[in-house]
Amino acid sequence: MMKFPYSTFAAQAILVTAWLLVAAPIAAPQAPAPQPASVAQKAHAVLAASAAHVLPRYRFENFTTANGLPDNHVYSVLVDGDRIWAGTDNGLGLYENGKWKTYATKDGLAHRAVLSLALDSRTGDVWAGTMGGLSRISGGRIDSYTQLNSGLSNDVVYGVSVEGENVWVATAAGGCRFNTRTGQWALYNERNTPMIEIWVYSVSATPTKVYYAVWGSGILEYDQKTGRWDKYEDPDGETEIVLFKDQGLIHEITTSVSFVDNILWAATYFGASRYDGRYWHNFLMKDSGLPSNFINFIKGVDGKRAWFCTDKGLAYYDGVNWAVYTPSLKDGKPEMTVRDAQGKVTPVAVSSAPAHNYILGIDFQGDDIWVATAKGLSHGIRQQQ
Amino acid sequence: MSQRLQTAVGTGLAALAVALLTLLSWPAIDHPVRADERGVQDYASPLEVLLSPDGARIYVLCQQSEQVRVLDATSFAVIKNISVGRVPRGISLSPDGARLFVTNSWDDTLSVIDTQTLAVVATWPVGAEPSSVVEDHAGKHLFVANRISNDVAVLDAQTGVEEKRLVAGRGASYMTPSPDGSRLYVTHVYPNPPRVRSDRDNRTAPESEITVIDTARAVVVDRIPLHGIAGVFHVALSADGRLGVAAEYHPKNMIPLAHLEHGGAFAYTLTLFGTDVGKPVEVPLDELERYASRPFGVAIAPDKSRIYVTSGGSEMVTVIDVARVLRFIHAQPHAQLVSFAQDLAASANYVVARISVGHDPRGLTLSRDGRKLFVANRLEDTLSVIDTRANRVAATIKLDGPKEISPLRHGEQTFYTSRYSFQGQIGCASCHIDSTFDGLTWNLEPDGFGRNTVANKLLEGIKDTEPYKWTGTNPNIPTECGPRTEKYFWRAENYDDLTLADLATYIRSLQPRPNRWRPAGRELTPAQDRGQVIFERAMDKFGKPIEESNRCSYCHSGPKGTNQKIFDVGTRKPTDNASLLKSVPLTSVALTAPYLHDGSAATLEEIWTVYNPDDKHGRTNDLTKDELNDLVEYLRTR
Repeated sequence: MMKFPYSTFAAQAILVTAWLLVAAPIAAPQAPAPQPASVAQKAHAVLAASAAHVLPRYRFENFTTANGLPDNHVYSVLVDGDRIWAGTDNGLGLYENGKWKTYATKDGLAHRAVLSLALDSRTGDVWAGTMGGLSRISGGRIDSYTQLNSGLSNDVVYGVSVEGENVWVATAAGGCRFNTRTGQWALYNERNTPMIEIWVYSVSATPTKVYYAVWGSGILEYDQKTGRWDKYEDPDGETEIVLFKDQGLIHEITTSVSFVDNILWAATYFGASRYDGRYWHNFLMKDSGLPSNFINFIKGVDGKRAWFCTDKGLAYYDGVNWAVYTPSLKDGKPEMTVRDAQGKVTPVAVSSAPAHNYILGIDFQGDDIWVATAKGLSHGIRQQQ
Repeated sequence: MSQRLQTAVGTGLAALAVALLTLLSWPAIDHPVRADERGVQDYASPLEVLLSPDGARIYVLCQQSEQVRVLDATSFAVIKNISVGRVPRGISLSPDGARLFVTNSWDDTLSVIDTQTLAVVATWPVGAEPSSVVEDHAGKHLFVANRISNDVAVLDAQTGVEEKRLVAGRGASYMTPSPDGSRLYVTHVYPNPPRVRSDRDNRTAPESEITVIDTARAVVVDRIPLHGIAGVFHVALSADGRLGVAAEYHPKNMIPLAHLEHGGAFAYTLTLFGTDVGKPVEVPLDELERYASRPFGVAIAPDKSRIYVTSGGSEMVTVIDVARVLRFIHAQPHAQLVSFAQDLAASANYVVARISVGHDPRGLTLSRDGRKLFVANRLEDTLSVIDTRANRVAATIKLDGPKEISPLRHGEQTFYTSRYSFQGQIGCASCHIDSTFDGLTWNLEPDGFGRNTVANKLLEGIKDTEPYKWTGTNPNIPTECGPRTEKYFWRAENYDDLTLADLATYIRSLQPRPNRWRPAGRELTPAQDRGQVIFERAMDKFGKPIEESNRCSYCHSGPKGTNQKIFDVGTRKPTDNASLLKSVPLTSVALTAPYLHDGSAATLEEIWTVYNPDDKHGRTNDLTKDELNDLVEYLRTR
């Protein structure tokens, strides 16, 4: 049998266990949540009210197994026009015309646990990264690629991104590029890139640049024109101490990456970063509106705005202000808080929140958002303000 | 001898001589005139036929002469012969009739012909082995079905620039638009890879599909499943768009091929779909004593009264009464509304005529009023013109070309006919679609029921790769194709010696198609280059010598990738009688999944990731995944 250095059963079990551990719902707070300073807040009521006014409000409709979702543990979500795809721990759900349909391994899905999703907007095909390979859903047909039947480097597919005719894949044993026209697989690992670790969590591919978030190895950048690799690491090394805040990537333990409008948004388990090609700007709980430094997923709206999926709620940054949407960590009641440019936090009265505070993914449907959480999928319906 | 007697004898002798000369020069197919191979290129081999929108012209796509021949539809006189690219396969008109498109399957181009000037005005590069083409009603996109890359390319209809490719079935080949142009229906000639593997890896019933494309958005919106089907050809829609018909093969490869007398090889069927039908239904064309072998072309009468289907192997056109077939379908209990493929009595309910035509009839087209049906007889260089009211051939149009039937041509006719087998059920081309393969595994009788399941293999480049058969027990092609085939496959008529020799001549003539992973004259890519080093290496990664017999380049040596010897590569299954297998050629290996003698490896990768645990099929277990990918990249260039 072919021996793969990083694909033995034992190694996979470790990787899968590690993933499940970090992805498991963690309700207990890691650090004190920002507490409203009532006196100061009142003093800045006008500014805060202004921030509250400009930040979006949503009415959340939540889906669980009770109303057809394949499983409550939702790793990923993808908006495909009027259709919503939900990658769950027990199948791929498709919400269409008010009904859920589930794709399972019996339909050809590579594995029941769907960790990542990407849409080929040109063809309408959906790519699903699973715990057991990469699947393509095209017109209802599923074709699956595994490390045994194809050139895929590893069956644990954490991330997937489509760019032109290439499908870029982040796996537990490096990155891959699958050319859908030629069928060629190119593998990226410690042998041909500056990657030190090969545990690749996320990929964001565009016609100019491709970024990989490598757990423990920072961010890898591939220049599509030159074919060269570059690497961004935490200047402070693997410590959790930030000596110089905006000197570079906030941490080596990267989890998610999003490249939009030539701006790189990067998430780690120790804060987030924004990079414009010259300057870094980092976000930490202590100096931003992030509800937690533990960030599972990040998605840029554009070069200025981004969404942060954390273990303590969903955060939105509009370039100045922050909003956090979550069920309360104390009593589960819906919460929305707003943090203005001066750092003042104001609660906003809301009647609904995402299904759970442990957020794993987000996608946009016009003004609406769809949110993957550890206990359900949430549809955030934008409200008039 | 009197003068009168001398005159009478002389006249008689002269008449006899004329009769003999006439007889000898008659282009008979059953008794071919021997000829050299000089005229091979000159055969027209009409594959598809179209009428201009006004019905004034006939466009005939001639595959072997690589032409579109334009005929006057009344006099049948030649208006012009237009040269196109290599091995053209598909032809269609733009919705306004101003442009004629031809897909050239061997040089991967699309010829655009101006129907006013009858000149090629553009030749556009397209995908791998383009097989059919359709322009949308808006004139925005051209859709091209690519047989090798298993997709449909979407091109800008004005510039020919490819915008994207849509995933279709394996061997995507034939298409038809809905009457309103909103949908495109695409078929494919090889079965899709199994989506879910059975516990017996190589014994999964074939699955095919009709891919449905939304032409406005140019995306796949549906796939109509065709269970048990392998080999789907033309598809047609009725003028009201409510009835769709696809011509297809239903192989019975999941049971031993030992029951030909019980219909145990193929059912030749149609799948009917659309709102007239409801859930798609498969209905047979065959009847008890008469098979409609190798259905290919299909057309629906403008008034939806009849369906016409060509059967290449049976050399006939089957005529189906639409009202009767719909009545038959709807009369069945709902639970049975899936397939009637096994019911040889079914066709009596809806087949109203079977019309004999020429050798290997393929494409067909109806006149606008539906009264004339034109059929392209590929291996006879004729068009049959059928009077659809009388269901008889009213005229036969002979296309220019050699009058003699060369041995090669006769061999090709033998390959494509089903007349030699019991009840005309199968011919060589039933399993070797278009002289290639079928992507299936079969259990043949000679080795015992349930024993020695084998994957069908490609015939291209097979010359000089003897011995044949998976165990290498047949020393040459006549042995492979002669007594063995006659006894175990045909179960009927034997070939005469000349016919067998001509058949072998044809099979030996089959050339490998151009390799798309390494176009002629192009250097290997870096990955292919690295793969070649692995293919040819004599030392493993630990510096240990690899035994000569365990090197890729030893068993798969030479230009065709075989040293023609037998080896045990550790792939014997409990149901196999032998361990020693012939080293198979690598010709076009990228296209010929499934792999290994029994088709147990679904992909090239699986040969080594799954089926080479002891390094007996080459030393590969020291390779990293990157290196294995490189090896696969190199193999695709063979």
